[in-house]
Formats: sequence, structure tokens, C-alpha cells
Amino acid sequence: MDKDDTLQGAALTAEAAPESMIQAMTGAEMVIRALKDQGVTHIFGYPGGAVLPIYDALFKAEGLVHVLVRHEQGAVHAAEGYARSTGKPGVVLVTSGPGATNAVTGLTDALMDSIPLVVLTGQVPTHLIGTDAFQECDTVGITRPCTKHNWLARDVNELSRILHEAFQIATTGRPGPVVVDIPKDVQFQTGAYHGPELVRHRTYRPRLDPDLGSVVRAVEMMAKAQRPIFYTGGGIINSGPEASKLLRELVDLTGFPVTSTLMGLGAFPASRPEWLGMLGMHGTFEANNAMHDCDVMICLGARFDDRVTGRISAFSPGSTKIHVDIDASQINKTVRVDLPIVGDATRTLREMIRFWKAGRHQADKAALADWWKQIGQWRTRNSLAYRPSGTVIKPQYAIDRLYELTKDREVYVTTEVGQHQMWAAQRFKFEEPNRWMTSGGLGTMGYGLPAAVGVQMAHPDALVIDIGGEASVQMTMQEMSTAMQYDLPIKIFILNNEYMGMVRQWQELLHGGRYSHSYSEALPDFVKLAEAFGCVGLRADKPQELDDKIREMIDVKKPVLFDCRVDPAENCFPMIPSGAAHNEMILAEIDDGPAISEAGKMLV
Amino acid sequence: MHDTKVKLSDVVERHTLTVLVDNEAGVLARVVGLFSGRGYNIESLTVAEVDPMARTSRITIVTSGTPQVIEQIEAQLGRLVVTHNVTNWTAAEAGIEREMALVKVAGTGEKRVEALRMADAFRARPVDTTHTSFVFEITGNPAKIDSFIELMRPLGLVDISRTGVAAISRGPEAM
Repeated sequence: MDKDDTLQGAALTAEAAPESMIQAMTGAEMVIRALKDQGVTHIFGYPGGAVLPIYDALFKAEGLVHVLVRHEQGAVHAAEGYARSTGKPGVVLVTSGPGATNAVTGLTDALMDSIPLVVLTGQVPTHLIGTDAFQECDTVGITRPCTKHNWLARDVNELSRILHEAFQIATTGRPGPVVVDIPKDVQFQTGAYHGPELVRHRTYRPRLDPDLGSVVRAVEMMAKAQRPIFYTGGGIINSGPEASKLLRELVDLTGFPVTSTLMGLGAFPASRPEWLGMLGMHGTFEANNAMHDCDVMICLGARFDDRVTGRISAFSPGSTKIHVDIDASQINKTVRVDLPIVGDATRTLREMIRFWKAGRHQADKAALADWWKQIGQWRTRNSLAYRPSGTVIKPQYAIDRLYELTKDREVYVTTEVGQHQMWAAQRFKFEEPNRWMTSGGLGTMGYGLPAAVGVQMAHPDALVIDIGGEASVQMTMQEMSTAMQYDLPIKIFILNNEYMGMVRQWQELLHGGRYSHSYSEALPDFVKLAEAFGCVGLRADKPQELDDKIREMIDVKKPVLFDCRVDPAENCFPMIPSGAAHNEMILAEIDDGPAISEAGKMLV
Repeated sequence: MHDTKVKLSDVVERHTLTVLVDNEAGVLARVVGLFSGRGYNIESLTVAEVDPMARTSRITIVTSGTPQVIEQIEAQLGRLVVTHNVTNWTAAEAGIEREMALVKVAGTGEKRVEALRMADAFRARPVDTTHTSFVFEITGNPAKIDSFIELMRPLGLVDISRTGVAAISRGPEAM
């Protein structure tokens, strides 16, 4: 759907608003009505004093499924998983004070990864605001830097407008989370409800259409390129499945290699020969070297994150850079580009294809053949290789087996944050967008389990796997109870190395092997823990038993906690050390790579 | 359209920006929070509602940074949902910048006479007078006010209140 068409449509109807579209109801009823009018079917939430009127209205409502989580952070991550796997906004309902503050991590996560969320928070009654009332906090103040926009709805007659604007702002332009804070007295009061077709924001007009002159220039630069590369990101996913289709078409036309950020995995099929794998700190040798040596870089919906670029001064020094982004503030933020294009990925890709065809452009075939030859040489380094073992389960082996045994199914993967996340990103091959849900920007441990809850709610028949670590999953473990309550057969595949593995890896590489507080001396028995939740616990200790246990996990129609005991000392390679360049990677089994500089240690 | 090429420079420049925003609750906090959260400087900031009917406020900010930082500040301000538009008076538009200051000088005898003489030369107006003090009102560009204050310092300067910069374009057009 073209987003700004809905805006224009809204403008037309707003001028002649029929009386029937404006109805009297309470603020709480307006919330339910607005959610329905916005096409919402699922809410993730947790009740409390300041949202009781809304929960009362919800009690009588039909067609809205409420998922009761165990912690508000879980609600927000579940909504993120729901949103990322469906393309629809995730909706959260929590109470004031601690309900709102517990949501802050999820809000920041969604802001960093551009996930559309509408988070409704209860607030103390307006006459108590500012008095340090029970469960009062300055929700709009606290959430201002971690939302795309937020509102305190002080007037019931403004509430429906605010709610509809909230959906519009969350879902259009660069998507993001929004918060609507609703005092309890406003929920009780009666006022005029306006339908979404009557609401048009005063100032908010995201730019979606690219400047065509710039697209023409981009296409000309691409046609002349000797060593081109597509560097794609989460913007392709957020733009909708059409953008992924168009990306494939553009690669068909040009034959250029493709790499992607962590957030963009699945936009381009991992099975295609043009796929170089993920780039960045734990990206492949071929992807990072191609980025370093390319002469034309076409960045589509990515933002030159520090995890992608390595040392900025050494980032792809010889290339001409084209940057397509829907958010003008991302352009020239850290890396200076030669041709910026502000626009939606779908529309920009469509125009790129149109002008490529109309101009009868051809890629420079001879140069491209040389480029592919060079890439082929980099590929022979086989940078994702690891030392196999017949006695202990290597985490890479576990991911590989998990992929092989699930690849023919409709599978959605969420992750926690750390080594397991990088191994999953490197090794699990995604063919379609919206199948990969991970916390990229904020790096939130505890994201994956509740995100899996949200994904499974949206896709009840799909196989939903959270690839986790034993440290991360304990941060939001209580949501297993939610999974039980709603019969969500999510599979929590824990690569249990007893360490905060990425912390341990950095301590090994940067801090002289002093493993300060990165080892969990007391871990729960995950199998018994699963039983306590009423779900299924499985454990694998030996490589030989892994396949059968994974099959058992898939076949069980219940939530599963899978305790996969892996080699505790394994490191995640390749790795660009902090402060190093793309062509200065540390590879597995080549330990005499560049040492991390003193300046690099200061970086995170 | 986004400005494509900003010259690469490490030189810190001072820029005056004006942001026209919806005058809704917390709008100033959004702008100020953006500056503090991203580590940008605010040298002065002026805000007032300019159109009660349209509920718009005009915020004028004097900031400093490299050209790249200034470009980011403009883009980040433009991205706020409440923003109507952003104008950079230093880089792009021909604008007039003015600031008002109230300057209190205490003293007697020669210094007092000299202060009054200087104030007259700067077209600063005494708005409060006692036997031992003046409060001068002075309007002008920030540099003029700076030099007036420097001249007052040895003459018994005791207090300064500055409004921060207000800016508007030359010619018949609106911002």
C-alpha cells in the first residue's frame, strides 16, 4: 500500500466530515474503537490501576486478542516480533509508572531498529499529575528520547485524533515506536470520537518519492561500475515485501553482488550466487573485503552503523557511495556519501529498475567478471569455517543442524544477543524477508523469547525458533508462562556455554583472558525449568544426539526449552576488531591477525 | 531536497537556526533533548509562540559545530514530528539577527559619566536609573552586545540579562 496515498485520501474526506463518523463514547471505548478502526487484531499488555477502564472496555470487546505477558518489557518485544514478522504495527497496553518504565527498553529497541509500535500507557488522573501520585511517572518525559513521537492525551476530545496520528506516525516514513499516555480520568470521560479518515497530521509528511534526477545519476554510476556492491539493510524489510522483490529484480538486471546488515537478512535470498553473506564486525571475509575494495557502493536502507563500518577513516576508501534512505538525517551522518537519495526503498528501487531498463543500461560485463573472480578468491578463505568436534557440540554445528532440519518448513527465527546471535546470522540461511527478528541497534539481551511469542501469535502454524544463549534467555524467561497460556509452541533453542559468550570472547581478546563476571556459576536446570512452566525440556550434550533431539523439538506441539550444551570456549569469527578496517579481519584458526589497538579497546 | 554536498571541514562554525514548530506541550523539551542527547551545543535559544491561531512557535538557536555536525542538527530538527521547517540563517538565507540585553552598571563619578556616554554611542537606553546605577537596554546583533558588555566591564558592570537571538529573513518573503 502506498502510504502517502492514505494521507491524501484522509485529506479529501476530512473536509466533508459526515456527522455519522463522529460518535460520543468514553475515552476507554475510544481506545478500543480506534484500535479496531486501525485494523488491530492483537494487543500485548499487562493491566494495572491506571488502565483499568481500558481493560474494562476490552473485556466487552470482540475481535481483539489480548496477550497477557509476564513483564511489560516482554509485551513490547512480543509486539516487535509481531510487527517485524507481519509488517503491521505492534500494539502494547500497559499501566502507568512501572508499567511505562518497564516498557522503555523495548521502546528504545524498536526506535533503534525502526519497528512500528503503538504503546498505550495509563497515567494517573490529570488532577494528580505532578503530585508524585502512586504509580505516577513522567511517561512522556521518560519516553521522549526513545520514541518517534509521544503524546499525553489530556482532553478526551483530542484522544481519537491522537490515537490515529499515533498509528500514522508509527507506520509511515521511517517506522518507529510511539507512546500515547492516557490519564485515567480521560479514560472515564465521554467525548467525540473521530474515525481515522477524519484525521490528518498538521506537519508530518514523510518523503517517500525519490528525486528522479538523482535516481538517473545513480543508475548511470551503476552502469559504469567496475567493482559494484549492493549494501542493503533493514529499510528494505520495513518498506514491505515488494522492496525485496524489486531488489532481486535489480540484481537480476545488474548481476552485482549483494551483502546485507544484520537487520536486512532475508531481503535477498541466501541461496543465490550473488549473496556474499552478512557484512560488518562478524560478517564474511568476502562481504567485508568487497565493501572495502568496491568502486561503487549502493547502500539501500542501511545506516552505516559502527558495527558495519569498522574504522570510519578506513571504510571503503576508494568507492563512490550512493545512499538511499527514507530518513534524511541518516545521510552523511557518519560516512560522507556522493549521491544521497531520500526516499522509500520500494519506490526508489522501482525507479532504479525503470531507468536502468529505459536507459538500456548494461553492467560492464568484463569488469564484473574480474570482480566476481576476485570475490571468488575471497570466498575460498571459507571464513565461516570452524574446527569440528566429535565429542562436544560446536555452536556452529548446532546452528547448521538446526537450519538443515528446519529449512523446508515455514520457519521464523528470533534471537537473543551475543555470540549465538552472530552465529545464527552467519549460518542460518534466509530466503524471504520478515523471517528474521533480532535486536540489532540496541542489542537487547532478552529480546528473542518474547519476540517469539509475538511471532507465533501472528503465525500460529509456523515453526518459531528463538536461538538464544543461556544468559540472555534468563532475562525474559518468565514469558514461557505466556507461551503456555496461549498454546504457543515456540522453540527456545539455547546454545548453553555457561558464559556470556561475547563478553567472554572480548575479555579473551582484549582483557588478557581475565573473565571478570562473565561466567554463570549457578545456572538453572533448563529441562526442569521447562517442566515447571508446564512445557517441554530437552537437552543435548553430544553431537551424535543433536539431530534426534532437534527433530523431537520440532515435533512437540508445545513450547520447548532446548538446552544445547556447547563448547564453552568457542569464539565467533570472523571478527573485525574494534577500531580496525574491513580488510583487517581476524579469522578463525589464524590467531596472528592484527592486535586490537589501544584506541580500539576504548570502543565498544 | 536534501543538501547533498557539505564541504569537509573540521572548523567549528557558529550557525543561527530557526525552527518553526507546533506549539504543543513539551515541544521545547523535544528540541532541547535532541541537542543534549546527541551532544550538540546550544549557545543561545529563544522561543515564543508567534501565531496563536495556527499554534506555532518559533525557536531560534545559535549553535556551533563542524559543517557536518550543523548539517546533522538541521536534519535531526527537520525529522521531529512537530517541525514545520528549519532555516539556517548563517549558511543559506539572508537574514537579520538581533538580540536584546539588559545591562546593569553600578558606580559613581567619572565611571558613571563614561558609562552613560558609551551607552549613548551604542544607542543603549537607560531603563532604570538610581544615583549609583543604570540599567541599559541594548539591541543589536550579538557581536555588538558583546562589545558593549566588554566596555561596561571596567565601568562597574554588575549584571547581564540577554534574550538570545531572534532572526528573520530580509525582503518580502516569509521564512
